[in-house]
Amino acid sequence: MTAAVVATGARALPARRKRLAPSALLASAACVGVIAVMGAPLALSFLASIKTPADASAIPPHYLPQALSADNYFKVIGYEAGLATYVANSGLVALMTIVACIALAAPAGYGLARFDMRGKEVAFLLLLAPIMIPYQALLTPLYLDFAKVGLVNTRVGLAIVHTILQLPFSIYLMRNSFEAIPREIEEAAMLDGCSSLSRLIHIFLPLALPAIVTVALFAFINSWNEFLAALIFMNRESSFTVPILLVSVQIGHHGAVDWGALQASIMIAILPCLAVYLALQRYYISGLLSGGVK
Amino acid sequence: MARSRSRGQAQGWLFLAPALLFVALFVIAPLGQLAATSMTDRSLLGGGRFIGFANYVKIWHDSGFWRALLFTVKYTLVLTPILMGLGFALALLVSDNTPLKRLTRTIVFLPVVIGLSSSSLLWFWLFDERVGLFNRLLVDLHVIREPMVWFVSADLAFWAVVIAITWKVVGFGMVLFVSGIQAIHSDILEAALVDGAGYWARVRLIILPLCRRVLLLTTLVSAIGSMLAFDQFYIMTSGGPRGQTFTAVYSIYQSSFVSFRLGYGAALSIVLMLIILVLSAVQIALTARGAEP
Repeated sequence: MTAAVVATGARALPARRKRLAPSALLASAACVGVIAVMGAPLALSFLASIKTPADASAIPPHYLPQALSADNYFKVIGYEAGLATYVANSGLVALMTIVACIALAAPAGYGLARFDMRGKEVAFLLLLAPIMIPYQALLTPLYLDFAKVGLVNTRVGLAIVHTILQLPFSIYLMRNSFEAIPREIEEAAMLDGCSSLSRLIHIFLPLALPAIVTVALFAFINSWNEFLAALIFMNRESSFTVPILLVSVQIGHHGAVDWGALQASIMIAILPCLAVYLALQRYYISGLLSGGVK
Repeated sequence: MARSRSRGQAQGWLFLAPALLFVALFVIAPLGQLAATSMTDRSLLGGGRFIGFANYVKIWHDSGFWRALLFTVKYTLVLTPILMGLGFALALLVSDNTPLKRLTRTIVFLPVVIGLSSSSLLWFWLFDERVGLFNRLLVDLHVIREPMVWFVSADLAFWAVVIAITWKVVGFGMVLFVSGIQAIHSDILEAALVDGAGYWARVRLIILPLCRRVLLLTTLVSAIGSMLAFDQFYIMTSGGPRGQTFTAVYSIYQSSFVSFRLGYGAALSIVLMLIILVLSAVQIALTARGAEP
């Protein structure tokens, strides 16, 4: 708090410092208030997840746990097919989505950034088309196709749908990132006789590493969290992803919600997102800003 | 020279080929199928007779779908100004790079990266009439006397979702607005300061006009997202009470995957897609115009 006051005060003209101090203080107080309001739901959910199961369903509820317990987590770990199955489903779908996005978007971004083809811009627009077509509309035909070739209830099938979602953003980002690489670097390699493919692998990809991290980060978070396609395509208990597990816990067995288990599964669902976001915050924000907001 | 150019062309297309093939196979082809299916009476059990535009005629008379669409529009019209207004206010509060303000930005943005299903379930719990802590807090603060049952009334359920989603995505607009505010040259603001412009005058006369494009774009992206709302209503209200909180996507989901009327669901999808297309076209036109110097 003092740091904020000092920083704001230092920027102001010396004569005004006295008058600005109260407003800076007010702003700091407002920040603390905002942090409390925005942080409370997550904090309360975490605290509920470490209550005893009985305490988590207490009426009226308590804000803080009466006693600490990991029982809710054990319940989720043993839920139906077992938490490991659902986490593996979500994790593998996300991993395949990441790989597919990079494998498709890196060459496409390279082709768009460095080759001068007739009709290139048309191709670019075509590749961005999925932004304009809500994927929600494509789920019916995709479901029929996937049912025909046995891709319903498979991780590959869901990863394909998630790749559709992420591809336009990934290509846009890769193209911009490759275009920002100076031509001189590439020309030197051309004189050395590097083929265009090896230029992509040995020069462009390492230089565009931040963009690749951003592509992977968004692919992971959006795939891990995606709900509607997972709900439709993964309709067998053993193929549920984590978001579908959540709804399954919510509905419960006999109509009664197991609130403690629900909080524990929410914590499990959000933990990977919070972890990668906090670790790679810089990439996430830069992706958000440069991606023209998706 | 001409030869190397044509070789470059072929190579360029080769790099584009995998992505183009993917989009053709999984976006363009299904789109064609969607249009074809929308003219049949196909169900998940079979059928598939060509019935021309009969599905579209049926949509015209389908009061359930129009009610859902209208509800979605109302949701969008209520939520978008709240998100943009609060997002901008927060951005004004935290746009300086002091440690406390950075921390505030991080905390406000946290809900954006978690899943919509997680956040919806979190609020489903907070709003619960027996175990919900939001109810308990309102009682403790003497805002209400008894815990409220939020999800039996369409109005209360609507506001419950609006509150939950505001918490979930307000950080999205905030981050974009912060970048818009930070992009304003400090000499412009300092010049205004020297001219004696107070804080709110600077906001109104400099910051707001210079952030106009970011505001417009974020508003559109946010509105498109709201028009496609599904998860939050599926989890928090299940469309209830009495189907009063079905959204457009929810009613398509119901037609296609609950009642198995795929042909009809496809026609509904096409209608929704056209609505979104108009919004996206405006967005892209704005982006393109802004990209020029």
